[in-house]
Amino acid sequence: MEAFTRHKGLVAPLDRANVDTDMIIPKQFLKSIKRTGFGPNLFDELRYLDQGEPGQDCLNRPINPDFPLNKARYKGASILLTRKNFGCGSSREHAPWALEDYGFNVIVAPSYADIFYNNCFKNGILPVILEEYEIEDLFIEVEKIPSFQLDVDLVSQTIITDSAKEYNFELDEFRKDCLIDGLDEIGLTLQHADLVKKYEEHRENRHPWVFGAIK
Amino acid sequence: MRAKTLYDKLWDEHLVKENPDGSSVLYIDRHVLHEVTSPQAFEGLRLAGRLPWRLDTNIATPDHNISTDRNERSAGVSGIPDLVSRIQVKTLDENCDQFGIKEFKMNEMGQGIVHVMGPELGATMPGMTVVCGDSHTATHGALGCLAHGIGTSEVEHVLATQCLVTKKMKNMRVTVHGVLGCGVTPKDVILAIIGRIGTAGGNGHAIEFAGSVFRDMSIEGRMTVCNMAIEAGARVGLVAVDDKTISYCKGRQFIPKGKLWVDASSYWQTLVSDSDAVFDLEVVIDAADIEPQVTWGTSPEMVAPVTALVPDPLDEAEEDRRKGFTRALEYMGLQGGTPITSINVDRVFIGSCTNSRIEDIREAALVVDGHKVANSVKQVLVVPGSQMVKAQAEAEGLDKIFEKAGMDWREPGCSMCLAMNADKLGVGEHCASTSNRNFEGRQGTGGRTHLMSPAMAAAAAVAGHIVDVRDWLPRGEN
Repeated sequence: MEAFTRHKGLVAPLDRANVDTDMIIPKQFLKSIKRTGFGPNLFDELRYLDQGEPGQDCLNRPINPDFPLNKARYKGASILLTRKNFGCGSSREHAPWALEDYGFNVIVAPSYADIFYNNCFKNGILPVILEEYEIEDLFIEVEKIPSFQLDVDLVSQTIITDSAKEYNFELDEFRKDCLIDGLDEIGLTLQHADLVKKYEEHRENRHPWVFGAIK
Repeated sequence: MRAKTLYDKLWDEHLVKENPDGSSVLYIDRHVLHEVTSPQAFEGLRLAGRLPWRLDTNIATPDHNISTDRNERSAGVSGIPDLVSRIQVKTLDENCDQFGIKEFKMNEMGQGIVHVMGPELGATMPGMTVVCGDSHTATHGALGCLAHGIGTSEVEHVLATQCLVTKKMKNMRVTVHGVLGCGVTPKDVILAIIGRIGTAGGNGHAIEFAGSVFRDMSIEGRMTVCNMAIEAGARVGLVAVDDKTISYCKGRQFIPKGKLWVDASSYWQTLVSDSDAVFDLEVVIDAADIEPQVTWGTSPEMVAPVTALVPDPLDEAEEDRRKGFTRALEYMGLQGGTPITSINVDRVFIGSCTNSRIEDIREAALVVDGHKVANSVKQVLVVPGSQMVKAQAEAEGLDKIFEKAGMDWREPGCSMCLAMNADKLGVGEHCASTSNRNFEGRQGTGGRTHLMSPAMAAAAAVAGHIVDVRDWLPRGEN
């Protein structure tokens, strides 16, 4: 995973609460056994007017002109501004894979569904949480100001707008460190392999039925 | 000693290491895998040259992406018509074979929807930590285990380390007192709870379901309830262990026997919240207030009693809600003020990890018996949750009841719950569905889902529109 410290980019608004992972990447694209290539089908049902199928050439599909990502002013956006409970529903990691593949590095919302939030960090995406009124302010600015950008600094946990407003955000120390260092989390856990083995022996003594049942 | 909730006890028992910032290394006892969220995890292991930490913890089966059609299924994996789907199912078989993981293959006895299979085989046991790359893993919490969904990166993490790096959730308790009315099922209870607390109501929490309604409920009913904890925003749903839990587990394939059984079952009896444990959030509901529930919108919280009218967005004070309701009704092709019972259905789906166990199939069969599917209904799919459920239902002759009524009795799988295979809705079609999500496009692009209980879905299939099943049941039946 690539390290993430600071990101400045164009903001695209998705003014909708409870955006679920079926909406982010519909199920027909979950048949793939790869991690990449989901970007063209991000928000497929909202973005295109026809029915999406895997393997289509998306460049020739009829697009929904009303969908924000299809508007010229939001082309090349790398920051998604959206509403509460983003990423609810299924645990599919294909959702952050699709967002990342499309080119989003940062999401800004008042809240996220737990599994989706977790999945973002595994894929170098920073899901920023701001207060509802701050989100409201940003929606107004992104609508008003052409080419509205945000400068997101993970190290200092701040966002600075083009209009020089500053917002602070919170996140867990561990998640922050993993993003900043681009750490291999499996490698990190394996550094504690001795502890895990010790725990496992202890557990097998106490609850032996948990071990060996499935062969 | 500080009083503990059941969740606290399960967490403490599995804690390997706690970091100063609260992130923790948690040991995982059981890992359930399926074809859709595992291939990238196995590939990750291969790329890093890693092996699974422990083999006897993993159990796999294909469910999401397989055909439920008898003829297609009988041709085996090579008979899956869609090439991309075929590759995915084959990849699971190959990965399990290569790494030595126990898999119940597509047509093997034991195969089924992951959350039906785990408990029925005794692969998930009380007191365990259980994870799976599927958000409905909360289902297993009905047995008093700590179970939740994970992403594919975490599937790889668990395969490689047997641990998850995670943070402790908060404790929430939803208590439902009293006794459920006739025709009111576990599905109605969980839908009513979601209606009350909303789809983000449980975010960041583990929900324990408590009170007489859950004590009186069967283990399969508790699974239906825990299954949809995620639709209330909670990754984890739990019910304390009692005698019903113990007798449910006894004798199942992977459940310990002899002295191990005696030790295990006496430990399991301790898996209850202490009476003076404190919860961060409490919700109390009276069972008498719960009627059969039906969703009218595009989120599980957009739910109402079957006797109600579709709400009018203009009655909503909050702007966000008003906008959401308006958009949902437009998608659903419904007007505010319409009686729920006047909504016609084009297709009916009875199945999914929420409602495809033998009790669900019996509940539907009881309503259907002696009736015919309404002429206006294009298709009724009855999809058992596993090979074992299918065999049991057929032994009881339930398949014949459905077929006589003009319904399709299918092979086990996730089917039209997420419509990855050929089982899907057409644009604009309304579906009475026993599944768990009524999101836009969930059951097929442009499809319109109404979530409800198996009894309610079966009655809708016969009537051709949504009906109050309480008017249909023989007296004294519940």
